[in-house]
Amino acid sequence: MNLEVKLPGLTLKNPIMPASGCFGFGKEYSDYYDLSRLGAVIMKAATQFERFGNPTPRVAETSSGMLNAIGLQNPGVDRIIGTEVPRLAEYDMSIIANVAGSSLEEYIFVAKAFNRTNEVHALELNISCPNVKEGGIQFGTDPEMAKKVTAAVKEASQLPVYVKLSPIVTSIVEMAKAVEEAGADGLSMINTLTGMRLHLPTGKPLIANQTGGLSGAAIKPIAIRMIYEVRQHVSIPIIGMGGISTAEDVLEFLQAGADAVAVGTANFQNPFACVDIIDALPETLTKYQYTSVQDVIDRRSVNV
Amino acid sequence: MKKRYEMKVLSVENIAKETIEMKLYQPEISKETVPGQFLHLLVPGFTLRRPISIAKVDKQEGSVTILFKIVGGGTSALAAYQPGMTIDALGPNGNGFSVDDVKEGERVLLVGGGIGVPPIYHLAKQLAEKNVELIAVLGFQSKDYVFYEAEFQKIAKTYVVTNDGSYGHQGFVTHVFSEVGAFDQYFSCGPLPMLRAITKELKDIPGKVSLEERMGCGVGACMACVLPTVDNNYKKICSDGPVFSAQEVVL
Ligand SMILES: Cc1cc2nc3c(=O)[nH]c(=O)nc-3n(C[C@H](O)[C@H](O)[C@H](O)COP(=O)(O)OP(=O)(O)OC[C@H]3O[C@@H](n4cnc5c(N)ncnc54)[C@H](O)[C@@H]3O)c2cc1C
Ligand SMILES: Cc1cc2nc3c(=O)[nH]c(=O)nc-3n(C[C@H](O)[C@H](O)[C@H](O)COP(=O)(O)O)c2cc1C
Repeated sequence: MNLEVKLPGLTLKNPIMPASGCFGFGKEYSDYYDLSRLGAVIMKAATQFERFGNPTPRVAETSSGMLNAIGLQNPGVDRIIGTEVPRLAEYDMSIIANVAGSSLEEYIFVAKAFNRTNEVHALELNISCPNVKEGGIQFGTDPEMAKKVTAAVKEASQLPVYVKLSPIVTSIVEMAKAVEEAGADGLSMINTLTGMRLHLPTGKPLIANQTGGLSGAAIKPIAIRMIYEVRQHVSIPIIGMGGISTAEDVLEFLQAGADAVAVGTANFQNPFACVDIIDALPETLTKYQYTSVQDVIDRRSVNV
Repeated sequence: MKKRYEMKVLSVENIAKETIEMKLYQPEISKETVPGQFLHLLVPGFTLRRPISIAKVDKQEGSVTILFKIVGGGTSALAAYQPGMTIDALGPNGNGFSVDDVKEGERVLLVGGGIGVPPIYHLAKQLAEKNVELIAVLGFQSKDYVFYEAEFQKIAKTYVVTNDGSYGHQGFVTHVFSEVGAFDQYFSCGPLPMLRAITKELKDIPGKVSLEERMGCGVGACMACVLPTVDNNYKKICSDGPVFSAQEVVL
């Protein structure tokens, strides 16, 4: 079955890619399977300088999900371009760089840095990380700020820009419209929702950062609702994510308005999650009378 | 390529208070693994896998034995498994203790605290095959929690310490260090406060410690279980460790 989708900058042989931060730079998962099976990979966040991240514990289990407060730990954009990108470029798949920052200048710096390599096919502009104090989330909650950073990164970069939206906003549609207006080539949604868990014997937060981003199955209905709403008002493509672990989940995201999907937390439970989904997708689409991934996109009822 | 295994449960036994010994069938892992490595077990109904150390293997039988303490939902569910059922496992994960670091004729101190005892037992069994002298100090909360004392006694001069003095020596593992005599190096696994006390007390002696932290992926990708190193860098407990040189990490 034809699973191909074409998006700005990306020709994906299938619509499945690991989500940023849940796959590192692919090295560990390449011990489990051939990464060329993936449609694309979204790399861990890149910042201007190396970041060590938050104190530990950084994760906690929740009902149907998990909290994380990694704090954008990464080796810095230069080392990502120097060592991680060339290794990923050995595989037959698209590479998307996740661009993070705590100021407009940093976003521009990181975005520009990726102009130096021609192995990266698109940027995912992360204005939605809830885990670092000065970290981008203010750009993701105020439509005017989101516009500003999107326009600046579009100008700095030669690559298509997918803006990664935060679900922690009053109106997701307003945010999506704002970044579309500012020139975004696509959207990526959703990032995690802020949550908290306490340790009963002490009454203190389980995560050292106190709060963490909720991901996994628990957030899937929120992601579906937000994509469904946004799809009715915005025409740029959407990379959907939030709790995907099966081919049925993928179909639901496509029906809701996504054009491709990313798989995050599910990789932790099943390191083969992405390839298992890719293997199951044709049968699932057939079961629901679709002939291809593009067929789902063409026939969904929610398109603008 | 690494695999995901369905490990068949061969036996489940309650060997001390809240402590389960479980034997699993998986010949590949039993041949491949080194002491200190762990299995990452999927418990249905939970998002994250549970890391549990390998306590011993029987290559002939193709079995891998784990010991775990019932502390929360995941370990409670695991404790209810019956022989014949299967557990979804990844592993062996991480870098373990290197038996080759110990030379013939050396005197080696092994320190295990509570549920940190199992990987130390796996190491002790392998070291016992070499011409080395083993001393084991095993710390438990109280008498009800003590396990594997007899197993250790077969291969090491063994001291048991309980926090409340209900069995063996009273106090912490470090309290008997003055009795064990000189040794060339040490290996330890147990709760962080214990490891802090040990590494402080034995700071001039080469040692290896096995550490715990809450993990996400368990393979080195998600950066959840990192640890600062003395050279202002970091290590990932799941994939660089869980065993580290005591001199290398900041506890
Ligand atoms: C490398 C390694 C080896 C281990 N080996 C053993 C062993 O051989 N026997 C044994 O009994 N225990 C071992 N542990 C601890 C064991 O992983 C936890 O006790 C277990 O995950 C608790 O799960 P739960 O659902 O019962 O508890 P909960 O507290 O409900 O667990 C909630 C979450 O916190 C995590 N968690 C809780 N306590 C710990 C901990 N101490 N370390 C890491 N994660 C934790 C769980 O994995 C889970 O994701 C090891 C831990 C590590 C990191
Ligand atoms: C451990 C962890 C680290 C993450 N790191 C990043 C990151 O660096 N950049 C980013 O944009 N999103 C990051 N995310 C968010 C995911 O990419 C994804 O948007 C979110 O987890 C929802 O998908 P899921 O439910 O499939 O995990 C991270 C998520 C997790 C669980």
